[in-house]
Amino acid sequence: MSALAHVPASAGQPAPPGPPRGRNRLLPYLLLLPGAAWLLVFFVLPLLQLAAASLYDPSGSLATGYAMTGEVGNYWDALSAYWPQFARSFVYSAIALVLALLMGYPLAYAIAQKAGRWKNLLLVAVVAPMFTSFLVRTLAWKTILSDNGALVGLLRDVHLLGADGRLLATPFAVVLGLTYNFLPFLVLPLYASLERLDPRLLEAASDLYASPLRAFRRVTLPLSMPGLIAGTLLFFIPATGDYINAELLGTPNEYMIGNVIDSAFLVRLDYPQGAALSFLLMAAILAIVFVYLRKAGTEEVL
Amino acid sequence: MEHETPAGDLRLANLTKRFGIFTAVDDLSLTIPQGSFFALLGASGCGKTTTLRMIAGLEEPTSGQVLLGDRDIAGLRPYKRPVNTVFQSYALFPHLDIHENVAFGLRRRGIRKVTDQVERMLALVQLEGYGRRKPAQLSGGQQQRVALARALINHPQVLLLDEPLGALDLKLRRQMQIELKRIQTEVGITFVHVTHDQEEAMTMADTVAVMNAGRIEQLGAPADIYEYPATAFVANFLGQSNLLAGEAAGRTGDDVPVTAHGARFSVPADRARTDQGPVFLGVRPEKLHLVGGPDEVPAGHQHVGGVVSDASYVGVSTQYLVRTAWGSELSAFAANSGVGGRLPVGTPVTAHWDPRHAFLLPRAAGEDDQTSPVLDEPPVGALS
Repeated sequence: MSALAHVPASAGQPAPPGPPRGRNRLLPYLLLLPGAAWLLVFFVLPLLQLAAASLYDPSGSLATGYAMTGEVGNYWDALSAYWPQFARSFVYSAIALVLALLMGYPLAYAIAQKAGRWKNLLLVAVVAPMFTSFLVRTLAWKTILSDNGALVGLLRDVHLLGADGRLLATPFAVVLGLTYNFLPFLVLPLYASLERLDPRLLEAASDLYASPLRAFRRVTLPLSMPGLIAGTLLFFIPATGDYINAELLGTPNEYMIGNVIDSAFLVRLDYPQGAALSFLLMAAILAIVFVYLRKAGTEEVL
Repeated sequence: MEHETPAGDLRLANLTKRFGIFTAVDDLSLTIPQGSFFALLGASGCGKTTTLRMIAGLEEPTSGQVLLGDRDIAGLRPYKRPVNTVFQSYALFPHLDIHENVAFGLRRRGIRKVTDQVERMLALVQLEGYGRRKPAQLSGGQQQRVALARALINHPQVLLLDEPLGALDLKLRRQMQIELKRIQTEVGITFVHVTHDQEEAMTMADTVAVMNAGRIEQLGAPADIYEYPATAFVANFLGQSNLLAGEAAGRTGDDVPVTAHGARFSVPADRARTDQGPVFLGVRPEKLHLVGGPDEVPAGHQHVGGVVSDASYVGVSTQYLVRTAWGSELSAFAANSGVGGRLPVGTPVTAHWDPRHAFLLPRAAGEDDQTSPVLDEPPVGALS
């Protein structure tokens, strides 16, 4: 009897509150530490440095050094000098985004829902180009689109292109390059969302008088919103800041804001202007993302 | 959509569905009267769900017709059919709240003012006030009722239910069975209910069709099927049966004499599916009574001797296995009505039955006795 009574008493005792719990409380912060330290050193500090540089006296130079004069006018000067490149960046990446959506959504849907045993192979096919360098792939497009290439020859023969018409060094080439290079960033999150889509929900929609188009609009699209939002952001943000495609496939007439920032830092050595442009780009993108997320409404999606 | 053709019976005519070389539904023909509660009963893989999906339009028949009244709807897309489905998984739209889930069908048909109808339907399934919740915030039983409301609100001519209670626990399932039956009576819509649970089929449906390997083995009122099964499959799928292998040699007067295991029995001719050649003599376990010896058998009853080899006490009844002289084990259920004591294992007993409770089924030559194992759950009607 006493042994029986003893069991619950001792069973209640192990697991005293104390050191283990204290350590548990600290654990999340410890796990955060390496990443946080990395971000602090390689993101926050350079960002602050860049913010400071954007306010330097523009009359300085690398040789003579810059004076910190709190020159807010740098921003205005940079914007008035380079607004066309700014606008072009957003227009190009917006067009590229639309093209990528038209190609990428059906592609992601097909891989996720219809590919069956080819699913993994198709996924690899989407990712495989990333195994080679971004630069090499863009240079490959330069060859494909070149004036002496087979594609241009064919288009000229069928009179889709004039006798001296060209693809390379046109806005078309730059937008095409952007679309191509960032397409996987759109497709992969979309795929992840669509893969979770239960096909029985589409059957239910069909059973409840929804035509295929309406079932897409009312069921598939809303349920793929998380992937769509993530994918469009992952596509749009780097595409807007990109300068490789305009550099390799375009001319200065197609230059985007990335090219201007690139030359401000590395060619013209105008650090205050480069820093100011960088911040302007960041602010514009943040504003667009903010408005987009408010409109798209992530809380709707579970 | 008030311009639908006047409702009518649902008829399946020579409906066949093949997947490659596998025939899921084999030349199925049946008529489901308007307003009835019809159950398609069968083990998994028997083709019952495929049949349902062909009625819904989610599966295209290989051949045959699906007729609603006089109209062949087999070629219509699912969203054009006046038929709605309660899915096994419920398939509620996770991104929509309960109100919008229920309103989905109305909205797709362009009906703007839905609130009153949705409220009425939620009241019918006893979910008032749940309209603004998401499906994930509801229990399984509540989700099941949302799925029902979402289908019923469209006033379909036929409501299809695909194992709708399969995911619920036993108690909730019983409760929902009664609920479904009540709602069916209230709305008067034809219900076609697919299930593998024989008890569910029997308690709810007016008519039960027992399916096996893509064909209907027997169709009729639950009591008729149970009391007088048409095949050995039905006798064992719907409840349990003791089937003794024997030989019949034609009808003698109103009876069919049967020789089985060296003994002579007889079955009334109106309870014989065949009267020649190899047969199964069938008796339900609850119709089999155990007594101490042949001299205690009531007049007119027939009997076999044996030894109690197992006794399972299941509360409402005790289920005995009786090993016969030739080695088969018969099952017999004795109600725990307080009359008579329990028989320990090893007791020699005589099992007797009224020949009017026996039935005679065709048997393939060479098939031996079939006696079903004791189930955990007492089968339907065991004690009624």
